[in-house]
Amino acid sequence: MPILWLTVIVLALAALGYVIGRRRALASGDGRIRNLHSLPSYYGSYVAMMTGVPAISLMLLWLLAQPFWVNSAVLADLPVSAVADGSSSSLVMSDVRRLADGLDRAVAQGVMTEADIDAMGSDLSGIRTRLGNVGVALGSDVSTDILTSAQDYRTKAATGRLVMSILVLAVAIVGFGWAYQRTHKDFRARNVVERGIRYVLIAAACIAILTTIGIVLSLVFNAIAFFRVYPASDFFFSLTWSPSFGGGSELGILPLLWGTFYISIIALLVAVPIGLFSAIYLAEYAGPKVRGVAKPLLEVLAGIPTIVYGLFALLTVGPFLLGIFGPDGVGWMQAGTAVITAGLVMGIMLIPFVSSLSDDIINAVPQALRDGSYGLGATKSETIRQVILPAALPGIVGAILLAASRAIGETMIVVLGAGAAARLDLNPFEAMTTVTAKIVSQLTGDADFSSPEALVAFALGMTLFIVTLGLNVFALYIVRKYREQYE
Amino acid sequence: MYDAPQVTKQETAVTDVKIQASDVQVYYGGNHAIKDVSVAIDDKTVTAFIGPSGCGKSTFLRCLNRMNDTIDICRVTGDIRIDGEDIYDKRVDPVQLRAKVGMVFQKPNPFPKSIYDNIAYGPRIHGMARNKAELDEIVEKALRRGAIWDEVKDRLDAPGTGLSGGQQQRLCIARAVATEPEVLLMDEPCSALDPIATAQVEELIDELRQNYAVVIVTHSMQQAARVSQKTAFFHLGNLVEYDDTSKIFTNPEDSRTESYITGRIG
Ligand SMILES: Nc1ncnc2c1ncn2[C@@H]1O[C@H](COP(=O)(O)OP(=O)(O)OP(=O)(O)O)[C@@H](O)[C@H]1O
Ligand SMILES: [Mg+2]
Repeated sequence: MPILWLTVIVLALAALGYVIGRRRALASGDGRIRNLHSLPSYYGSYVAMMTGVPAISLMLLWLLAQPFWVNSAVLADLPVSAVADGSSSSLVMSDVRRLADGLDRAVAQGVMTEADIDAMGSDLSGIRTRLGNVGVALGSDVSTDILTSAQDYRTKAATGRLVMSILVLAVAIVGFGWAYQRTHKDFRARNVVERGIRYVLIAAACIAILTTIGIVLSLVFNAIAFFRVYPASDFFFSLTWSPSFGGGSELGILPLLWGTFYISIIALLVAVPIGLFSAIYLAEYAGPKVRGVAKPLLEVLAGIPTIVYGLFALLTVGPFLLGIFGPDGVGWMQAGTAVITAGLVMGIMLIPFVSSLSDDIINAVPQALRDGSYGLGATKSETIRQVILPAALPGIVGAILLAASRAIGETMIVVLGAGAAARLDLNPFEAMTTVTAKIVSQLTGDADFSSPEALVAFALGMTLFIVTLGLNVFALYIVRKYREQYE
Repeated sequence: MYDAPQVTKQETAVTDVKIQASDVQVYYGGNHAIKDVSVAIDDKTVTAFIGPSGCGKSTFLRCLNRMNDTIDICRVTGDIRIDGEDIYDKRVDPVQLRAKVGMVFQKPNPFPKSIYDNIAYGPRIHGMARNKAELDEIVEKALRRGAIWDEVKDRLDAPGTGLSGGQQQRLCIARAVATEPEVLLMDEPCSALDPIATAQVEELIDELRQNYAVVIVTHSMQQAARVSQKTAFFHLGNLVEYDDTSKIFTNPEDSRTESYITGRIG
């Protein structure tokens, strides 16, 4: 039974449960809501919840676990002869999965029948083209062993799904029956539903946290794999970055980190003053009309995809700067792609970020503080400088640090605006590159995935992750530490 | 109702008028909060504003140092003169006006700074001290006058926001007197104070009266009777009665005033 249908049936059962549960509760209280412990809708929700939630959870868990189980079961039966020299069982298994998938699809589209597949026997020449017709490209011709395994895979998967459907329906029905039978006017449905809602929320939070942990773990394992093949001391302390896919690369992170920080600092030098001043203007000086127009406008800037900023850097800012500082002008700049180009554009990108966060923070400073200052005969700018900014400072610092971690993580603007040369240099008119840009280029090359040149991307990512995490933690710490001041 | 000639009949005839408000109207958007109020506030006198909650005492007080300018929807019309000068005139700088007319707000609002900096804020802005020693002296004097010196003298560097509600209120009083205003507007300055601190603040008010005009909003009839020489009774945005405190409390002319002070409305 397709999963969609299964879901629909369970949900329909739940909906039915709502109606029936509600009715039964009302009936048990002689039709008067006053006689019930909870409002009738709570009894309905209770039955619906008990029908739907366990069944759907079981289904999700099953769907997650089944591939692992089928995989290992098929792998156990895989004949040794199927694994050719120079190949590995995991590669063969991925062929098997592809083939099984292709057969499934072919059957679903009516190109083949199960009988056809069985009848093929040892004549496997046509299968590749036939599957190609339904959009499944196989890497090589299919051997008998693989076909057998694929068939094995398909049966096991089908059995698994059948068992799952039965179990899910059973759980739904049992839940329904159990909840229905407990529905009675004295039953505390409201409290139970309340607890149920809490568990649903906890589950959502867990998923968010677990995926984060998953991402970190995948980074960590790959980074460890990298440090197995490349010495960590070279990675962290070497001053050169020159990957060569033939081997013998030097993969020092320092030039990349330097590029990252240099560009980020220029970006912050642009974004912080402009963003902060515009926030002060908007929060303290602008009338409601100006504010109503300017604030959304600034926020539109924040919604522009970074690739557009990258194009802006490449096509507008770079040539413009080259015109001033290039060979025709001052002569400091050789090409449009340079640290200064990327930094400026990234700064422009961060302005709305800084300003809208700071604006919210400044607005959160209580009016009573402003009144207190004005009441003592302070002017507007004295009030801003001596009362509002100090009160808002922790929040503003937090906003700046958040902006910094965005700058550090930015990629597109760097790729298009700063060039690709990893360089340790002080001259802002030189091309440089950053950690993120190199992560992209290392993984998009056609290096072997287990070579240090590709794995280094994970070590870079890990370092970047730690740096931004540190910044964010620090930002949160600052914000928290000073928050109570005026609360 | 109050009318102008009565002022001259006062027993405290030595005083002259410090603030003269005529036909003041205040609107918050469409809400007419102060209706046609005229009042003459004497110099070297404590004037009490009493009246039920929401009758416009704070609003009227805030007109006297143009604090209502900071509220977008608030509109003030009429004529308010301090020392004969129209404070709503375009040439008047509200910043300078507020340095002259100090204010203690209804809700204590210490700055998130140290106790010392809270007090030194005004004197620094107005350049009242030539050096640190002078500033220290101003701060100590203000804190003493605010009846809080003994409690905070050992922790002048602690944040003002860390004080108790009553201490914060006295800190704000000290902060307001530190700038030596000519008129001090106090909006329920004792609402969170214990009897001892209240007595000290009342003593301060009495002392300030020697040189300044003090206007105090209070919900305590006893306090109004104790500290003020003149009392104004507000009701629903109207100034119902304005007279010598002794007269208001013993022989009010308006029945609403009588009901209020005897506790029947409000
Ligand atoms: N900032 C404001 N915006 C809109 N309306 C306001 C504002 N401040 C006061 N008002 C309105 O003006 C009227 C008078 O308020 P005001 O604060 O002057 O009363 P009050 O006499 O000081 O009362 P209380 O004794 O409770 O402090 C009230 O109706 C109030 O709703
Ligand atoms: Mg008030």
